Amino acid sequence: MQKSLHIDPNKCTGCLQCEMACSWEKYQSFTTAKSRLKVFSFHHEGRFVPYTCTQCDEAWCVIACPVDAIRLDPVTGAKIVLEPTCVGCKVCTIACPFGTINYVAQTGKVQKCDLCDGAPACAKACPTAAITYVDSDWTGLDKMRQWAGKTDTNPATV
Amino acid sequence: MRHLIIGSGPAGVVAAETLRKADPAAEITLLCGEAGPPYSRMAIPYLLKGDIAEQGTHLRKEVDHYDRLRIRLVTGRATAVDTQARTVSLGQGAPLPFDRLLIATGSRPSLERVPGIDLPGVRSCWTLDDAKAILDQARPGTRIVQMGAGFVGCIIMEGLLSRGVDLTILVRSGYMVRRMMNATASGLLRSWCEAKGVKILTHTQPTGIASEGGSLQVTLKDGRILPADIYLSAVGVDPNLDFLQGSGIEVAQGIVVDANLQSSVPGVYAAGDVAEATDCLTGKRQLNAIQPNAVEQGRIAALNMAGRPARFKGSFVFNVLTTLGLVSSSFGEWQGVAGGESCEVLDERRYRYLNLQFDGDRLIGANTVGFTDHVGALRGLIEGRVRLGAWKHRLVEDPTLIMQAYLAAAHSVA
Repeated sequence: MQKSLHIDPNKCTGCLQCEMACSWEKYQSFTTAKSRLKVFSFHHEGRFVPYTCTQCDEAWCVIACPVDAIRLDPVTGAKIVLEPTCVGCKVCTIACPFGTINYVAQTGKVQKCDLCDGAPACAKACPTAAITYVDSDWTGLDKMRQWAGKTDTNPATV
Repeated sequence: MRHLIIGSGPAGVVAAETLRKADPAAEITLLCGEAGPPYSRMAIPYLLKGDIAEQGTHLRKEVDHYDRLRIRLVTGRATAVDTQARTVSLGQGAPLPFDRLLIATGSRPSLERVPGIDLPGVRSCWTLDDAKAILDQARPGTRIVQMGAGFVGCIIMEGLLSRGVDLTILVRSGYMVRRMMNATASGLLRSWCEAKGVKILTHTQPTGIASEGGSLQVTLKDGRILPADIYLSAVGVDPNLDFLQGSGIEVAQGIVVDANLQSSVPGVYAAGDVAEATDCLTGKRQLNAIQPNAVEQGRIAALNMAGRPARFKGSFVFNVLTTLGLVSSSFGEWQGVAGGESCEVLDERRYRYLNLQFDGDRLIGANTVGFTDHVGALRGLIEGRVRLGAWKHRLVEDPTLIMQAYLAAAHSVA
């Protein structure tokens, strides 16, 4: 069975180990600004919400890419940016309605979560199990819904 | 079932691929207006810059991609559609028969009506051949006078300057990219370009182009004469629709389509730059000549052609542009609406700008300059018509909290 990242913001302490691990995995440097997973702070609520690509079935980025640079990894289900093919046009960055594929000025390419070939560094690094890598058989949107239900950031309650 | 697709841009190619998935037994023919494998015009600026070779512009990279999917590529241009006989004429040779037809013929550059616009040395930068001709001619010091500073005019600047050319840009209005940027964003782009050595002349246009001693003389409306080796016309694009005259297919600005992207003639569909579909925000019919729209319409049209009813949710107008390295984007109703509100942050020195437009507690449009992180969420918020509730006021106070607003507001309704 394919696995997916499962994020439980209630368990996140904002320690940013995940961002450190991601940037180390991909760039061999501890530069949270380069992380493909971001932890967003909600100061009013005193909460932290980790967020990254859910590898959604709709695959807006894959469809929008004009040069076929984003491919599906059939084993992990990840949508992977082929850096040598990406021209850096950024169409995917506006097409993805989740905001989870982003342009990196230093490389001139886009980047997104690729599930680290089936061993996501963020999940390994998370000390509180806010990010886990678990069996999944639901779609990107369902993942979002499930995930949304676990956040208490609904505007109606703040 | 014989499916014929006219046009091998993103809309046509995605339609052909979708058809193959949805209808394994169908005959699929893709009529390509240019020789060579289907390519992406979006990649041309990167070819000009020398970042990629020609192969890097190809829409699909595997050489046997179309053979493998049993998509027959035919090179030729449609000259007429006979909706009674169900054939498309190519001007020469036998007409191509179809049961279902997709028109995805894209756009072509509109040329300004100026004496001398047909001279050699006058170019557009639209096709791969155009780009190769410019690459052949552009050397350090080559004088290029470019008319127009819209999307194409801006996105090719980096490639041109990378060749060491001397670039002068003529802008008829006072604003660059005025169809996607407000005056503040446009002003930032202008000062950025000028700081990089581009000469920009606003409120002007040529009244004539003449050839003299191997170079061009461009006369402006104030009487000034600019010498040029290349006159580059970049004043916008028009949909390729001429061949539809007499076909009975209803054409307004583009081919009028319903929610299934079917034209006024049953079995004939349209997708991409030529389709005049309903805008998802305004409800008005309009053209929307951008890549994501083309591929989405290609996919939806193909599903309907294969007998799997699919509805197009409506066009969403947005775009992202890189002008000499400065990234800008626009989303939805960036001009705002009557009775709406807006907020913005501007850092002129760092070329950073973010403008948000609201209607009630919904985000309806945005312009960005120099902001690239998570901009897709702007689409999510606007197209998803997400009610921001308390987050609207927080955004008004700090527009950079887009992603927090998106996570809080969109996911409770997604």
